[in-house]
Amino acid sequence: MDLLHHLALGFEVAFTAQNLAYAFAGVLLGTLIGVLPGLGPVATIAMLLPSIYSLDATPALIMLAGIYYGAQYGGSTTAILINVPGEASSVVTAIDGYQMARQGRAGPALAAAGLGSFFAGCVGTVVIVAFAPPLTALAFQFGPAEYFSLMVLGLIGAVVLASGSLVKAVAMIVLGLLLGQVNTDVISGVQRYGFGIAELSDGISFVAIAMGVFGFGEIIANLGRPAEHREVFTKSVRGLWPTKDDFRRAWPAVLRGTGLGSLLGVLPGGGALLSSFAAYTLEKKLRLAPGEVPLGAGNIRGVAGPESANNAGAQTSFIPMLTLGIPPNAVMALMVGAMTIKGIQPGPQVMTSNPELFWGLIASMWIGNAMLVLLNLPLIGLWVRLLAVPYRLLFPAIAAFCCIGLYTLSNSAFDVYMGALFGFVGYLFHKLGCEPAPLLLGFILGPMMEENLRRALLLSRGDWGTFVSRPLSAGLLGAAALLVVVVMLPSIRSKRQVAFQGE
Amino acid sequence: MKIKSQKDFWSGLLFIGAGTAFAWGATHYRFGSSAQPGPAYFPFGLGLLLALLGGIVLFKALTLEVEGGDRFGRWALRPWLVTVAAVAGFGWLLPRLGLIIAMPMLVAASALAGDEFRWQEALINAAVLTLACWAIFALGLKLALPLWPPGWGG
Repeated sequence: MDLLHHLALGFEVAFTAQNLAYAFAGVLLGTLIGVLPGLGPVATIAMLLPSIYSLDATPALIMLAGIYYGAQYGGSTTAILINVPGEASSVVTAIDGYQMARQGRAGPALAAAGLGSFFAGCVGTVVIVAFAPPLTALAFQFGPAEYFSLMVLGLIGAVVLASGSLVKAVAMIVLGLLLGQVNTDVISGVQRYGFGIAELSDGISFVAIAMGVFGFGEIIANLGRPAEHREVFTKSVRGLWPTKDDFRRAWPAVLRGTGLGSLLGVLPGGGALLSSFAAYTLEKKLRLAPGEVPLGAGNIRGVAGPESANNAGAQTSFIPMLTLGIPPNAVMALMVGAMTIKGIQPGPQVMTSNPELFWGLIASMWIGNAMLVLLNLPLIGLWVRLLAVPYRLLFPAIAAFCCIGLYTLSNSAFDVYMGALFGFVGYLFHKLGCEPAPLLLGFILGPMMEENLRRALLLSRGDWGTFVSRPLSAGLLGAAALLVVVVMLPSIRSKRQVAFQGE
Repeated sequence: MKIKSQKDFWSGLLFIGAGTAFAWGATHYRFGSSAQPGPAYFPFGLGLLLALLGGIVLFKALTLEVEGGDRFGRWALRPWLVTVAAVAGFGWLLPRLGLIIAMPMLVAASALAGDEFRWQEALINAAVLTLACWAIFALGLKLALPLWPPGWGG
């Protein structure tokens, strides 16, 4: 069996002392930033990118991946105990989780979230193993036209994730694509939009954009809000174990959440956030069993479903990144950046050219999930204490780490200035109601998209029809068009607004 | 003409401005043809697209009624300017004064952005973070950070 052989290789790689240590560091850090409101995985991964220069590619990616799925675990703790989502994908968990905490049932809520996430993480890993090889095989048949269409689909899909106006989200993508044009043209060697600044000839660093907008911009936005009043249910965390009744209700929700999350994670634009919203909506739609409290009043299903879904989605969103080199969300965009830093061209060839990296990363996810259960359930008291750290001490630390990260990108002040500039712009976007995540995706995909567009046009001798006459490409563009139509439908439109209201 | 949505009105203008600027900038490079696309081909098209999208956003902002006018609300001017200035200042100071001096200044300065500033706390935070950054980045990860002003001993 090829698959077993690959998995064996993966576990062999993941079980080395070094890789275990980095997986642990990743999930520990992920839990930490998941617990702390106001610091998300995008800013954290961006902050850590400079530190991976000294690491091999495999441990570096293992650690960064751990941060993303670890944050899904940590985020639920904050949501349940203080009704503030530690992570955007825990917004819906807060609804029922916090109600359970108020009824003195924080323990079972945390356990349902943790165990559900673990189950979902295991399934998500299996899904990756099963689907990555066939998708990779498919990707090898892609020419430039198909890649271009795939990226269009990916970017349109990302719009579904953005809250608020669709047109504005598309405009943000295009703005991101344009910012990606600040570089030296690969085909003609012409420096574009450089204003004579030597540092811009390699393009704007995506770390500067990510840290500026998601790091500094977030800090400014958080400080602009009145200090929130936090009510922490630390004393009520006893009796972690759910009752038999809880188990009976939670496990079907875990199964549904896992299925939904695994599916939505793979879609372009999908990932943890979309999955948890969809799972909550699904649980809400289902008929209540006799004697069951409704959702929103402390139903364990409202915790188990979305929490399983966000972890499954976080896991399976690695599939398009690993097999096609197309990031479905902002975190994966950073992972693509990390691979590029380590000299690995993301795409279908990664599986064959770097099998240790590919399978080791996947195996490490399962190990990381097991570590997370141990980290989160028995040690919950430790994390709860972290919630007492006030934001006024936290944000200078975030700023400090971001600044060091920016400086060490190329050991020059230039990237720090760029970070400051994008922090300024980031708050402006926040005030204008423009989502920054599509911008980052567009920025990452911009150069790839241009190259594929130009190569496709060269091959077709300038005939734009090539994008619709090739069946695979036409299918991908058709799917993108369908997505636009579906999202524009009035009924979905109103639901989208409801789903994002909590943010 | 009345602005129905303040946020969208200014977003629209921003997109139109940025799109036009990129498209205009592209005219300085070779456009090529569809069969031989030059360096200006992609950004010029995108710039026009962005300006067009900005136009749609602007049009909606002027025609569609939005509850409450979609106003900006209070601008967090102090956090905005202080944070950006602190970061840029750190970039300028780090190569000149080194981490051990520039970092406490950054931490203390950025702490000023919040409205719960306390001197004592900010100083302790600055000391702790400087030590942590030195230990993690210089000692642990061995990143080449200037620690002291150039010319000082090490």
